[in-house]
Amino acid sequence: MAELFVYGIVLGCIISLGAIGITLVYGIVRMANFAHGEFMTAGAYIALLIVSVILPWLGVPDTTFGPLSFGWRMLIAFPVSMAAVAFIGIFFDRLLYKKLRLKNSNAVILAMSSLGVSFMIRMIILIITGPDYRFYRPGIMRPALQLPFGIKIRPDQIFIVALVVVLVVLLHLFLQRTKMGKAMRATADNTELALISGIDTEGIVMWTWGIGGGLAAAAGMLYGIDVQIHPGMGWNFLIPLFAAAILGGIGNMYGALVGGLVIGIAEQLSTAVLTPTYKLAVAFIIMILILFIKPEGIFGGSDK
Amino acid sequence: MTILKAEGISAGYTELDILQNVSMKVKSNQIVSIIGPNGAGKSTLLKSIFGILNPRKGRIVLKDEDITGLKPNKVARKGISYVPQVSNVFPSLTIQENLEMGAFIRTDDFGGRMDEIYNLFPTLREKRKQKAGQLSGGQRQMVAMGRALMLDPIVLLLDEPSAGLAPLLVSTIFEKILDINKTGVSIAIVEQNAKEALKMADHGYVLAMGRNVLDDEGESLLDNEEVAKLYLGG
Amino acid sequence: METGSVIGYLVSLVIMASIYGVFCLGLNIQWGYTGLFNIGIAGFFCIGAYTSAMITTPVPSGILAQYVHQLFGLNLPFVFGLLGAALMCGLVAFLIGVPTLRLSEDYLAIATLGIAETFRLIFNNERWLANGPQGLMGLPQPLHSLMGGRNYDYLYLVIVLIVVVIVYLLIEKGVRSPWGRVLRAVREDEISASASGKDVFRFKMQSLVFGSMVMGVGGALYAHYTKAISPDVFTPLYGTFIIWVMLMAGGSGNNKGALLGAYVIWGIWIGSDFLMDMLPDVIRDKGPYLRFLIVGILLEVILIYRPQGILGEEKKVSKMYN
Repeated sequence: MAELFVYGIVLGCIISLGAIGITLVYGIVRMANFAHGEFMTAGAYIALLIVSVILPWLGVPDTTFGPLSFGWRMLIAFPVSMAAVAFIGIFFDRLLYKKLRLKNSNAVILAMSSLGVSFMIRMIILIITGPDYRFYRPGIMRPALQLPFGIKIRPDQIFIVALVVVLVVLLHLFLQRTKMGKAMRATADNTELALISGIDTEGIVMWTWGIGGGLAAAAGMLYGIDVQIHPGMGWNFLIPLFAAAILGGIGNMYGALVGGLVIGIAEQLSTAVLTPTYKLAVAFIIMILILFIKPEGIFGGSDK
Repeated sequence: MTILKAEGISAGYTELDILQNVSMKVKSNQIVSIIGPNGAGKSTLLKSIFGILNPRKGRIVLKDEDITGLKPNKVARKGISYVPQVSNVFPSLTIQENLEMGAFIRTDDFGGRMDEIYNLFPTLREKRKQKAGQLSGGQRQMVAMGRALMLDPIVLLLDEPSAGLAPLLVSTIFEKILDINKTGVSIAIVEQNAKEALKMADHGYVLAMGRNVLDDEGESLLDNEEVAKLYLGG
Repeated sequence: METGSVIGYLVSLVIMASIYGVFCLGLNIQWGYTGLFNIGIAGFFCIGAYTSAMITTPVPSGILAQYVHQLFGLNLPFVFGLLGAALMCGLVAFLIGVPTLRLSEDYLAIATLGIAETFRLIFNNERWLANGPQGLMGLPQPLHSLMGGRNYDYLYLVIVLIVVVIVYLLIEKGVRSPWGRVLRAVREDEISASASGKDVFRFKMQSLVFGSMVMGVGGALYAHYTKAISPDVFTPLYGTFIIWVMLMAGGSGNNKGALLGAYVIWGIWIGSDFLMDMLPDVIRDKGPYLRFLIVGILLEVILIYRPQGILGEEKKVSKMYN
């Protein structure tokens, strides 16, 4: 049980990264981004491309860092993939969503458009790599560490939690201490007033997609490191991501963090009684319960 | 010297124009009050000046520059600041952060300016780490005005600053407005509280049904019997 | 190519397009007329198909029972399958609607998506329900005795078209009634609709339920056409997304548009298959992915440049304050 709880934290960290992106986009751009799961998938695959094709071709060695299952290649691929997906997010916003915003399209049309984007991204990935499951390092076996209470955990998983903590702290500092970060919070609070104050809200939108996309890519890569990479992985995360964001209070980044952990832990604990394939359903049930009991989420509502 | 003028403005939110051929002007260092019944289009006029709405007809001129149809963030850069009636603070940001957002387009060091604003509103200095959403109505209104003032505007547009405030706070707010004016900012204020608005106005405009009805010096309007009967509650 | 097989192929094309047409009609009630963003169509597709399958087949007995598991089997005629599918979908829609219809539109979408995915998981994992991943086979075809063999499809085409016409007429009647006008008022402006005293929730629920019932019929028609169903048939792509593209392309808020969209998009879908055949192998292997990519791009183009679709909404019907 304790072991499942710990795995839940690992999974929860991954979900949190994605959920933070979803909640930022919802709060600032005011749309439900159904392509967010595919951002995760894209992040994982771009890293795969870099790690298994580009870097070997460039002659970067295939060493690993101590007990971790990855090394220099992944270290290089990670930020590059985050930046790439950040650009993908910004790209689709400028290409599609911005035009729809200018036409005053309602939230549903924007969501529908993002659904289309999600299928387009998935098809592009399938065209390039096909439907097989892959790993960053096929055949690698890493022994688990023994922790107290008989919990086995892999070094990779400790790294995942640590990295997520770092990313979240960085994001927190960005939002609380930098001018752009405050402007993002302001725009999420009151977009009209932000405009009135002279804030370049379209620029803020770009930053939001950039950060959301980057974090989603990170989540996808971490999942790929921990489990595996396959074209449907992001889609399977979509419900848990939204459940986490809604649980924490949509628009609230810290809520998404907590929500992600709760969903992750709940999903892993559920495997004690249900088949693991039902994890998604567990996230879904939690989401429905929250929408029924307290739709604004744990931290939601309002000082508005 | 006329610092801001609106000439022949017709504007609205849909195909129907709320404002029909409305004109108004603000001279340097003046307080101009715009009064009239609900739905007269007073807020719409301010929004047209600030660029939230595009006027269908007419011009807005700031000093000598035609700024009709400019977007709000451009108008702000020209030196006009606007305080909307509702939803006029960033609730989850602290007072300090609200003011910082007010200074967003400034590229210089605005610490001095912030100090001046805190001198104008000492309560805000005390509470500057508090979230704006947790403040009382009166304090929120001060934050809203402070945010707008961070830009050192030439003209300040206020939309019903006394709305929803207890009478004691109303006079505090109006005092603050006078203080702001003394620092050299011209002010155009839309108000339901016609009496108070006219008391401090150098010039007043009465709007009704989207048109100019009357305009005169503030004091003269106060003494005007028609105005008193219709708009000042007898 | 023999004329016979060309015509046979065209017939199967029209059958599939017509079945999708039924789905579009159902979605049109929910989205076109009421503004409900249902992205869980695949769930109703799945439930409708399975319900009809289990109503029209017997519970496996003898040796077969060791290999095929099925929750129930009533062995009733086709018509009962259709009706059962509709009723079951209506029931499920009602249960879903209770917690979710009061939510905002994008939340409703996430909820419908969750439902569809959950049902797919259940049908895939619970072997006792409907044979798990292997699904159900040997589903009966109505009136097969009349015209069995190679020409059966012609008969099924007639059956499907009859169902399409009946559904179309029923919906048209509903839409032009006072009930239909309230639906549109709800879609245009929920707040003023509810201010004028209409119980918005009730109307949305009715729309959700009727639309889902129609989708159930579509699912049943599909099951008896392909004679075999399994959970991996009802994917988000084939079971939800393509139907959305069809409706947006044809014209949401317009039943003729819904049907037109189904035929046009299915035609493009099949046509692109032929086009792929003429391309080099390297590209052809990626055929289905490329085709879906094109469908996705098509949806985006429609949303930006012609969101009202080919036919657009019916003007006559959309003026609510006539």
